Amino acid sequence: MSRTLFDKIWDAHVVDRLEDGTCVLYIDRHLVHEVTSPQAFEGLRLAGRKVRRVDETIAVVDHNIPTDADRLNGINEPESKLQIETLEANVAAFGVPYFPVSDARQGIVHVIGPEQGISLPGFTIVCGDSHTSTHGALGALAFGIGTSEVEHVLATQTLLQKPAKNMLVRVDGVLPPGCTGKDIVLAIIGKIGTAGGTGHVIEFGGAAIRALDMAGRLTVCNMSIEAGARAGLIAPDETTFEYIKGRPYAPKGEDFEKAVAYWKTLPSDEGAHYDKIVVLDAAQIAPQVTWGTSPEAVISITGTVPDPQAEPDEARRDQLQQMLRYMDLQPGQKIAGTKVDVVFIGSCTNSRIEDMRAAAAVAKGRHVAPGVRVLVVPGSGLVKAQAEAEGLAKIFTEAGFEWREAGCSMCLGMNPDKLTPGQRCASTSNRNFEGRQGPGGRTHLLSPAMAAAAAVTGVLTDVRELV
Amino acid sequence: MDKFTRLTAAAAPLNLANVDTDKIIPARFLKTIKRSGLGKSLFADMRYNADGAENPAFVLNQPKYRQAQILVAGDNFGCGSSREHAPWALLDFGIRCVIAPGFADIFHGNCFKNGILPIVLPADVCEQLMDDAAQGTNARLTIDLEKQVVVRPDGEEIHFEVDAFRKHCLLNGLDDIGLTLEHAAAIDAYEAKTPSWKPAINGV
Ligand code: SF4
Repeated sequence: MSRTLFDKIWDAHVVDRLEDGTCVLYIDRHLVHEVTSPQAFEGLRLAGRKVRRVDETIAVVDHNIPTDADRLNGINEPESKLQIETLEANVAAFGVPYFPVSDARQGIVHVIGPEQGISLPGFTIVCGDSHTSTHGALGALAFGIGTSEVEHVLATQTLLQKPAKNMLVRVDGVLPPGCTGKDIVLAIIGKIGTAGGTGHVIEFGGAAIRALDMAGRLTVCNMSIEAGARAGLIAPDETTFEYIKGRPYAPKGEDFEKAVAYWKTLPSDEGAHYDKIVVLDAAQIAPQVTWGTSPEAVISITGTVPDPQAEPDEARRDQLQQMLRYMDLQPGQKIAGTKVDVVFIGSCTNSRIEDMRAAAAVAKGRHVAPGVRVLVVPGSGLVKAQAEAEGLAKIFTEAGFEWREAGCSMCLGMNPDKLTPGQRCASTSNRNFEGRQGPGGRTHLLSPAMAAAAAVTGVLTDVRELV
Repeated sequence: MDKFTRLTAAAAPLNLANVDTDKIIPARFLKTIKRSGLGKSLFADMRYNADGAENPAFVLNQPKYRQAQILVAGDNFGCGSSREHAPWALLDFGIRCVIAPGFADIFHGNCFKNGILPIVLPADVCEQLMDDAAQGTNARLTIDLEKQVVVRPDGEEIHFEVDAFRKHCLLNGLDDIGLTLEHAAAIDAYEAKTPSWKPAINGV
């Protein structure tokens, strides 16, 4: 029978099947961070259990860690400090491999997995964080789990799961200049909505997806969770194999050849069944920007903010009105030209070296607009080092942008990098919910190049006018 | 997870409907790194006054209910968020069984996952039990899970329904991890077939 990429990975990981169809699913890689793991380790301790496979587990600090240069001298916020110290005590007690803040490999959990070759095609990958879907870009089945499940995986290296449905999102054609993976995924969410993928695993395919580099693919899969999907994935191909080759924890030499031979069997079979298919034309996509407090409230930079009065459904109309109030925008207003206070370039969506290059290309020879604060936060210590070696950091600092240490930073208000009430931010992150970047903060999601364009002009700007 | 077989204990009456998870454990206590130790924050907004002192009127502050292991509550107990901190807090206080006319779904499931038995009984029966509970330590209730009965202080037995699978798990102290570990041989067999090229994460 023809099977999809998802079906093949699933089938290869079923350890046992229960009567009601629930499967005991084997997990190849478990990524652990400081926020969702403390009670899981405590649970193990209380039950006298061990971590079953420390060699399939990796821990890192990212959510709480400050991103200023003197963070190595200690952390001020007591709750963050406690969570980080607790993780350090737990990894030491249970023998889990760990990248501490002093290690150049430290970074956002969804950046370091692929970067280190820890996340590989055909693997099942979990983490106590919803954006685990990112790793699906390598052709892996990757999804977020809750604290009880974190404990379950630590203890058994498996999860109790029921299979999801298959959905194909095909993006045909060629992406116009000035557009990126971020614009593709925002356009997809705009089309199918934040519940469009509910109950499904989305496979992204089509010429425009195939043409993306690995960074672009990681961005697309990262936000599949914002479309309501359980996970997002992209079939592994030469781009994938080329990316993986030589990474520290990837298979080497003959093992690599064996692995590639297996990975080549993974793409969906001809005629495989999808429960849902959505098709987009890449040629129609323009740089995207969100205007509301849900990722589906997205328009082209050339567009105007929608008028709630045009919405027939009352509940939906109220919701749109509330979004406009919160975002302090007027119906029918052109989104381009909206003044911003802060620009954030970072997060597990867009903090890889390619994202840094895209932002630097726009920033080069320009200067931050008066009154605007710009934070550039690389996704890992290694991205930071590479950006410095390539001269990107210099471009940013000369442009008046802040060049910071790796972490989640202003993606969520859990560490010192926060918006203050009423501040408007052009952000390369993934969630624009009320208060996500700090209480009362207003978020516009966009690509790194678009963020850099907003930084140097002080307003939301069509990056195509600057290149 | 501790087994639940037979329990004889004082029952605390909490005659309130729609006790939500925010009442059981307010959100400000969620930043913790532990699941133990939440007992002192159980029902915090009802149990303590604004100055932090105990509210002597609240049922669990009365001497006869400080050791209660059973809670008799109103309808739709545990509604609200999916936080597992709610059963963690009950358990840490010492509550092993909650009896009510109805429970919110997720909370109901989370109780079983954490070794707490939620019992659904008709409203009029719950009222009788509420009266029994009002007598405090003089009127202990017995819960016999094997026989599926609540025994009143006068010896009357009240039958209750429980999902057979969940009963099996509670009687044997099997949480999800315990259940999965019943498949340990299958996990071992799966791991034995690991392809030779699969790298280990070591030497970090
Ligand atoms: S960068 Fe943001 S979305 Fe990504 S893991 Fe960190 S907090 Fe979550």
